[in-house]
Amino acid sequence: MTELVAVSPTGTPAGLKFRKARDRFIEAGLLLAALVAVFTTLAIVIVLVVESLPFFRVVSIVDFLTDTMWIPLFAEPRYGILPLVAGTLVTTLVALAVAIPAGTIIAIYLSEFAPYKLRETIKPALELLGAVPTVVYGYFALMIVTPFLQKLIPGLPGFNMLSAGLVIGIMIIPYVASVSEDAMRAVPNFMREGSYAMGATRFQTATRVVVPGALSGIAAAYILGISRAVGETMVVAIAAGLQPNLTWDPTEPAATITAFIVQVSLGDLPHDSIGYQSIFAAGLVLMLMTLVFNIAGFSLTRKFRETY
Amino acid sequence: MHATTAEASLQQIRADVNRRKILDQVFVIVGMLIMFSALLVLVILFLDLVREGAPRLNWDFLTSFPSRKAERAGILSAWVGTSLIMLTTATVSMPIGVAAAIYLEEYAPKNWMTAIIEINVTNLAGVPSIIYGLLALGLFVYQFNLGQSIAAAGLTLSLLILPIVIVATRESLRAVPRAIREAAYALGATRWEVTAHHVLPYSTGGILTGMIIGLSRAIGETAPLITIGALSFIAFLPESPFKGEFPFFSFAWLKEAYTAMPIQMFNWVSRPDPAFQVNAAAAGAILLGMTLLMNGVAIYVRYRFRKRINW
Repeated sequence: MTELVAVSPTGTPAGLKFRKARDRFIEAGLLLAALVAVFTTLAIVIVLVVESLPFFRVVSIVDFLTDTMWIPLFAEPRYGILPLVAGTLVTTLVALAVAIPAGTIIAIYLSEFAPYKLRETIKPALELLGAVPTVVYGYFALMIVTPFLQKLIPGLPGFNMLSAGLVIGIMIIPYVASVSEDAMRAVPNFMREGSYAMGATRFQTATRVVVPGALSGIAAAYILGISRAVGETMVVAIAAGLQPNLTWDPTEPAATITAFIVQVSLGDLPHDSIGYQSIFAAGLVLMLMTLVFNIAGFSLTRKFRETY
Repeated sequence: MHATTAEASLQQIRADVNRRKILDQVFVIVGMLIMFSALLVLVILFLDLVREGAPRLNWDFLTSFPSRKAERAGILSAWVGTSLIMLTTATVSMPIGVAAAIYLEEYAPKNWMTAIIEINVTNLAGVPSIIYGLLALGLFVYQFNLGQSIAAAGLTLSLLILPIVIVATRESLRAVPRAIREAAYALGATRWEVTAHHVLPYSTGGILTGMIIGLSRAIGETAPLITIGALSFIAFLPESPFKGEFPFFSFAWLKEAYTAMPIQMFNWVSRPDPAFQVNAAAAGAILLGMTLLMNGVAIYVRYRFRKRINW
């Protein structure tokens, strides 16, 4: 009996043994590529922890978390992360005050009201808002939004968290809108039909049937928006000023965690100075904050998950 | 007596229904208003950049090095730097991203390792870009001794867009119907043959779209490049990748210092002198124009490929 020989489309005869061996070899290569994602995460954690260890040898964790001053570059430095965390939270809250209502309304409109053609045109256009380089948004906040706000609020400083937060809000609208809309469209049509059959209007159906049904997806969208806002760097570095300032007043200038990292990176501190190492400690806090939001989001998503 | 109550309640119901219908229409108006004002922001932003930057939007701007004099400064080293960084980013992230996506979509068994990889890809997409900058600073700049080089910048941005490339590629692989795979298996093809000869060609459009979207994200990234020490004043060009004699290309540029478009714009925008704001606006107009163009191309590619394939 003659052995069967497969011929590959390239024309070269290839034995089954060879082809199977090649498959295993390629599979290993592909797995390696997929593992890059795992290595990256590990590398992030290791770099942040290892590089901030020298910092925490000098600064106690208690001081770091409770001191209300962040002046690492002064002659008598103090390393309290609170002002930076406050700055980050204020800009994030301002951003969410814009993005959550606007994003949710746009999502409801696109999913429940807009005709098909309009939705298919508007969605990619909206996503462009999220594609604008953040440095361009920084320019927008500093040169256009702040002068405009100064007309409304006399005495508003040239650098302020309000303008930066508003622009970040506009920037994350597409993230909130797009993910929420996907979640709402995943709600099966029979639920809408049931609601219409009871005489409900579109708006009632949207707010009382579709939104509750899609709540887990909508929560995920909000979390995505929060992570983006917390980690946003250039807008705050350009428009919110670089002075650490422990305040909850958005009309004041303040630095965020990210803005501080940029500020130190722009200077030329030596690698082994404590001021330099402090950016890794700041990065670690930022990473933990994003992690906390993501875990919260994950548990929210699970809590609200509806199965049809 | 009875009739009038019925009449009254009927009227009330009608009024109620009308109120709800009006509410519906009000929502449509509010929704459209918010949506179009969000889009209007984009238009205003672009027009303002073009208007403010108009005096500098000329050939000289593209062919001059940065300068201490605002009216003589240009973006030559910035756009050359950005192009080379994008070249590196695309070369690194495309094979890794596509291979990872193929593994997850076509090969991965349902086990704990796959679950861990999936969770990591999802999480990495949510990691702030400045964290990638810190990672690159610790890993590429100090551990690998790449310093402030184009290679370090390209690798950093590759890691940053990897999740985007992986997710987009997986989506387009998933869109290929099972029947195509089963037909190939039935003819004795191995898994790799099924993937390489049948699934991949069908998903080229989606992969290209994801790649372009990823690069359009990378082109505007500023924070990670600042963290790994991009300079903003570079008055020379890296060695050209193309050579007159054999082997016709060189990789010396990978090790050279660089600046990039967003870095240059940030440098100008943070100067108090208003003359530099004109430069910032001009650079911003070009940067935003490039980003919008890339996104436009991505949308077009997706549309074309979707139209061409009829299962």
